[in-house]
Amino acid sequence: MTDTGNRKGIDRVVGKGEESGAVLEVDDLSVEFPTEDGTVRAVRGVGYRLERGEALGIVGESGSGKSVTALAVMGLLPGSARVRGSVRFEGTELLGMSDARLSDIRGSGIAMVFQDPMTSLNPVYTVGYQIAETLLRHKPGLGRRPARARAVDLLGTVGIPSPERRVDSYPHELSGGMRQRVVIAIAIANDPDVIIADEPTTALDVTVQAQILQALEAARAETGAALVLITHDLGVVAGHTDRVAVMYAGRIVETGSVEDIFYTPRMPYTLGLLGSLPRLDREEERLTPITGSPPSLLNLPPGCPFAPRCPMRREPCDSTEPALRAAGSAAHRSACHFADELVGTAAGEVFGTVGADTEALARFADLEDDAR
Amino acid sequence: MIGPQPVLPPLPGHGGTEDPVLQVRDLVKHFPVMSRGVVRRRVGDVHAVCGVSFDLYANETLGLVGESGSGKTTVSRTLLNLETATSGSVHYRGRPLTDLSRRQMRPLRRELQIVFQDPYASLDPRISVHEIVAEPLRIHGRYGPGAPDEVRELLRLVGLNPEHGNRFAHEFSGGQRQRIGIARALALRPRVVVLDEPVSALDVSIQAGVLNLLMDLQSELGLSFLFVAHDLSVMRHVAHRVAVMYLGRLVEIAPARRLFARPAHPYTQALVSAIPLPDPRKERARKRITVQGDVPSPVRPPSGCRFRTRCPTFAGRLTDSERTACVEQVPDLVDRGGGHPVACHYAENVQLL
Repeated sequence: MTDTGNRKGIDRVVGKGEESGAVLEVDDLSVEFPTEDGTVRAVRGVGYRLERGEALGIVGESGSGKSVTALAVMGLLPGSARVRGSVRFEGTELLGMSDARLSDIRGSGIAMVFQDPMTSLNPVYTVGYQIAETLLRHKPGLGRRPARARAVDLLGTVGIPSPERRVDSYPHELSGGMRQRVVIAIAIANDPDVIIADEPTTALDVTVQAQILQALEAARAETGAALVLITHDLGVVAGHTDRVAVMYAGRIVETGSVEDIFYTPRMPYTLGLLGSLPRLDREEERLTPITGSPPSLLNLPPGCPFAPRCPMRREPCDSTEPALRAAGSAAHRSACHFADELVGTAAGEVFGTVGADTEALARFADLEDDAR
Repeated sequence: MIGPQPVLPPLPGHGGTEDPVLQVRDLVKHFPVMSRGVVRRRVGDVHAVCGVSFDLYANETLGLVGESGSGKTTVSRTLLNLETATSGSVHYRGRPLTDLSRRQMRPLRRELQIVFQDPYASLDPRISVHEIVAEPLRIHGRYGPGAPDEVRELLRLVGLNPEHGNRFAHEFSGGQRQRIGIARALALRPRVVVLDEPVSALDVSIQAGVLNLLMDLQSELGLSFLFVAHDLSVMRHVAHRVAVMYLGRLVEIAPARRLFARPAHPYTQALVSAIPLPDPRKERARKRITVQGDVPSPVRPPSGCRFRTRCPTFAGRLTDSERTACVEQVPDLVDRGGGHPVACHYAENVQLL
């Protein structure tokens, strides 16, 4: 190794702005996709602040806009997408920046770990080549040999056994878990300030998921990077983040510390999500599903997007979309007109425990008995 | 309907009630691995399922849990004769299924049904939902004048609007499609339903509704469910008993509460401790048992205990002489003093939650 002590030796392309403390600031971000059927409003006014070294979890179900938000931050959306708002990395505005300048920030400033490691690695190059390529992109003077040595180091950091051998493997020779470690190694290669991990463990088995989350923690410990962890798995968020933002229909509907969200949720959707989760750690009564399905983002009606599924729905819910307001403490904010009513409320008090249609079930059971 | 037949003696210590419906003994399923090239020769076998035995009782949900490649789906398909078993037997209420021809199997299919994992692939996109649910009735010659009402009743039963019967599968959400699959499986009033990862493609808020539905159906109709899944939290919620599979073998079987409170096999322990809990304080305070590496290839599984290559007990706590047992002897699935059967030479109950 030549210069591990000075891995940030490259000139920062970005300005100062570090006095604010936030490494990444997203304000009023909105993303629209024009389609033949109309405009899909995938992200509608998302904002968050990521402090240096902090871990923020973004949770939401499929179609909630959590991945699109991440892609917009990285400038990776297709040209047809209309992106508005502001994304500042260390004070520098990223939206509207040229792709060439963005490429200097991607990798060394903000790195991304995608869900599917098979498609995010190039199948025709060895993993060592791909890590070295990332290193040399930001540090052209490094040289092939030191880059390779650093690649071996990085593979070791993320827990790949015998990294000096694995460095010459092609992606298809590695298991899914190993590939995802390689992707993490690439993400931390240039010592980024922010790692955005989009469902990093979704495709993996639980025992491997535990290993990958450990690798991600090790990677953060080494680089001191802040983390944006995007996932649908509330369990993963509980153990690996400091703050949580819950997304629904393209907006953040609740945000707060991980304790706020899990112990005192103030948005019926969050409460419903927690109530629908089967738990390994306790005997639970019945689950409380949220009836219905998320709205289409094509023609979103006015009012709260969760209202059609919300048992607490009342008159203002259908006409006015609630703003994200302080609920309980300044850091805990919720987008619900009736957030105060949720203080000390359990999921079972708000949501029903519907299963089979009881009358139909009784009739069906009677017929059953006759048939036997 | 088949008459009562003598049943095999139940497996000792596996728990369960008195009336075994489905009995699986030493089930083996190998898939050939062919060489490449013009002349394709058999060069090996994928040992997908190796000597699996269990009983499924009346009115119970048996969970079959394992990671990808553990063979759990192959077990479920083989015991319904959708795959031919390499060896071993499956008895349904005393009657052997494994040697039956397709024609002989057909009347029995009324009583043994399956719900598939992917609600997008398992429903015919070209016929209406009414036809999808009515299809089993037609196939078995039971589509009489009352059938349209019967189908409507089935749709109502699973929580769908019966007036939507003339719609097509693509007009429904994932959760609703899975309900259609369940209605279809119930149409012939089966006794046994195999559920192959029925909720793993669904978002949590939707998944909860389908789980509640399945639990209602099981308890009210007295069905026997074989619930195949990789999600232990779901398993703990729905299953009465749980069997854990690893690389083609059962490693532990016990009543659900017991299995999660005091798992005895190092693999079960690793699984339980790998599940993240949606509770930040508990999650930070947890003791973890982690395993190394990935599941070995089922083409050349390790000798002796198949878990030994990743086992934390094998790697950390055993002496070299103790390890020889793991390398040389396949551990039997028997009660080793912990109260339920476990296939580990050095099993020890551990409390993890």
